Amino acid sequence: MAQTSDQVSAAAPKRPGGWLGMVADWSSDQRSFKGVSWGKAMMWIFLVSDTFVFGCFLLSYMTARMSTTVPWPNASKVFGLHIGGADIPLILIAIMTFVLISSSGSMALAVNYAYRKNRQATALLLIVTALLGAAFVGMQAFEWTKLISEGVRPWGNPWGAPQFGASFFMITGFHGTHVTFGVIFLLIVARKVWRGDYDDGRRGFFTSRRGHYESVEIMGLYWHFVDLVWVFIFAFFYLW
Amino acid sequence: MVNMVDASPQVAENISAAEVPEVELYHPKSYWTKYIFSQDAKVIAIQYSGTAIAIGLVALVLSWLIRLQLGFPGTFDFITPEAYYQFITMHGMIMVVYLLTALFLGGFGNYLIPLMVGARDMVFPYANMLSFWIYLLAVLVLVVSFFAPGGPTGAGWTLYPPQAIMSGTPGGQQMGIILMLVSLILFIIGFTMGGLNYVVTVLQGRTRGMTLMRMPLTVWGIFTATVMALLAFPALIVAAVMMLFDRLLSTSFFMPALVEFGEQLEYGGGSPILFQHLFWFFGHPEVYIVALPAFGIVSDLISTHARKNIFGYRMMVWAIVGIGAMSFIVWAHHMYVSGMDPYFGFFFATTTLIIAVPTAIKVYNWVLTLWRGDIHLNVPMLFAIGFIVTFVNGGLTGLFLGNVVVDVPLSDTMFVVAHFHMVMGVAPIMVIMGAIYHWYPKVTGRMTIDWMGRFHFWVTFVGSYLIFFPMHYVGLVGVPRRYPELGDATFVTDSLHTLNAFISVAALIVGFAQLVFLFNLFWSLRHGKEAGGNPWRATTLEWQTSETPPIHGNFGKELPIVYRWSYDYSVPGAPEDFIAQNDPGPTKEEAAR
Repeated sequence: MAQTSDQVSAAAPKRPGGWLGMVADWSSDQRSFKGVSWGKAMMWIFLVSDTFVFGCFLLSYMTARMSTTVPWPNASKVFGLHIGGADIPLILIAIMTFVLISSSGSMALAVNYAYRKNRQATALLLIVTALLGAAFVGMQAFEWTKLISEGVRPWGNPWGAPQFGASFFMITGFHGTHVTFGVIFLLIVARKVWRGDYDDGRRGFFTSRRGHYESVEIMGLYWHFVDLVWVFIFAFFYLW
Repeated sequence: MVNMVDASPQVAENISAAEVPEVELYHPKSYWTKYIFSQDAKVIAIQYSGTAIAIGLVALVLSWLIRLQLGFPGTFDFITPEAYYQFITMHGMIMVVYLLTALFLGGFGNYLIPLMVGARDMVFPYANMLSFWIYLLAVLVLVVSFFAPGGPTGAGWTLYPPQAIMSGTPGGQQMGIILMLVSLILFIIGFTMGGLNYVVTVLQGRTRGMTLMRMPLTVWGIFTATVMALLAFPALIVAAVMMLFDRLLSTSFFMPALVEFGEQLEYGGGSPILFQHLFWFFGHPEVYIVALPAFGIVSDLISTHARKNIFGYRMMVWAIVGIGAMSFIVWAHHMYVSGMDPYFGFFFATTTLIIAVPTAIKVYNWVLTLWRGDIHLNVPMLFAIGFIVTFVNGGLTGLFLGNVVVDVPLSDTMFVVAHFHMVMGVAPIMVIMGAIYHWYPKVTGRMTIDWMGRFHFWVTFVGSYLIFFPMHYVGLVGVPRRYPELGDATFVTDSLHTLNAFISVAALIVGFAQLVFLFNLFWSLRHGKEAGGNPWRATTLEWQTSETPPIHGNFGKELPIVYRWSYDYSVPGAPEDFIAQNDPGPTKEEAAR
């Protein structure tokens, strides 16, 4: 794949900035987003579409919560843990959120090292990111197990509106699936970086296109998106 | 007729250098990778179109069965009320999603976008290939539901809960509804892969000199529709997932507390209205996802066959974009009778009527393009004109239904059925047929048989009016939709039965005329006369390829450079009545002479 951002011809003519620049870019030929590779544009547009998916999930959950006549379970009690003789509300979610946000940090560092073509550091940071992501999914599995053992089911729970369990499993499950896919792809990208695929432009197994370090950044876009979505789930499901 | 900006083309020096180096294409090595698991957008387009038309034939047969029941109730024993519901459900779903959406975006989008913007292929050929195979899988799951125990779902194409997943509805407590929802989810996943391709190809993959405002309106229509689909399908996939949970895991997202056959069901506390909002947030943009590619394609057909530039190109582009944006804030006009707040209905009635403005602009511009044009009544042109007339007819009844007070008595009558069949059934299908006749020479290298095309057009056009004009009247009298029989209601007269039988006969005839169309397509493959590269003498890039049909990679060694917009027809002083987009025009020396 040759259309990556650091290979944009250096002789590009000067373009105006600000709004005028945007108008100029959109009225120009070839590309509407100058200097943006195909892969990156695709990821951004996919993320907009995925935003609508999560938006619909969250709006549906809010509708269900607002229209049900049965009281909604108290989130800070349901999601609390009994540690060392004290009930600590939301502690597991706090740790999960901390872990996931931290993984965004290691991802950002990985992107930085990728553009410096530092193979070891990039691969290491990608693996750290994947491990943090896996830890998040693991803790989510723990949370699911705990709630299921307490009697929460998609069709009902001991504390109130049955839509609580339904929305919980659906939304966190859908987000967890996103994180899981992210972890898998992080590991694939880490392997490619480690093996030096992006240095010698080795061809992808499926697409037969040459790899490039920009893939790390595109991977990062997806990962940061998954984190951002979690912030909204955290706010609307756990804190509300 | 001279466009001030583009009639004097940019000289070659003003075309900016290539920003993106050529990307290597995947080179297929065997028959399998060349024709079956192909990554060439043109092959994928034909695969998409073939699958869509094949499943569309199923929908055609279903429509015959529907009409046989309505026209001659009680004559056919195998059409039970349950079977009738299954027929209307599957007919609607197949036509809207699996035929129209897939054919316009997957079929025409794949074939035309790369060729028209001057790209060698879609930007991600591998994902594009996956898109088709997942679509095929979705179609197969849909077909399987016909043979599943209990048959396909009979919930109506809108799949409204709670009835969609209850035992009184065919397939509700059997496999039907499950397979339907799984098929929709697969379709959306597959479509997303293709859709991202179409959008990125248009935005980032154009050739030198091809600005957005020089793209043919076909590309604008397909592009805008794809963006809309990427934003509207999420609502459907969410609704499908939630309903699947309601059905399989006994959640109550959409299910209120219910008593069925004297028995309290486990459900409770869900909102059926929530489903309607999600469904129509997808469903209304879907109408325009089908309409906008048709708008774009018909603009190009009219301009080419009237040998005249499209009237008000910029307005046409902005109308497409405006309709696309507006279509996201009109959805609740499908729900006036759901018990919503009157102020809410007032808002949606207002937006619905406002969206008629850009639509009317487009109709004016088509008519003004025809005005004093050098109209060649070729088969594609006949269908294009047929589209304009039909679309205006269907659109006008839309104004009735967009107003709350007029809609309430008309809601759920055959008037609605007649309305949407005119505006998003017959009209876009006219464009599809016109487009197939128009681009068939490029795809196959041969012309279709002209007399068969004309026969096909006149039977289809006149026949559609014989079907749907009386149907408006049937609805106004008060006949509800989705009833397999009229029964003994007092408003049902003998003449109404006669009219229904007449509609059914017309529908059968129109249906058989489509077989002539298909025969024409297959026959012409061998026996059509050689078309040459540019039989319609059109300006856009797909007609300027060195080979017909275009080879893998679309263009020769060099990608074409675009010097002008796509509508330079009948330019005064030009040697021919069209100037191709990649024609640089006379050099300075020639112009000076």
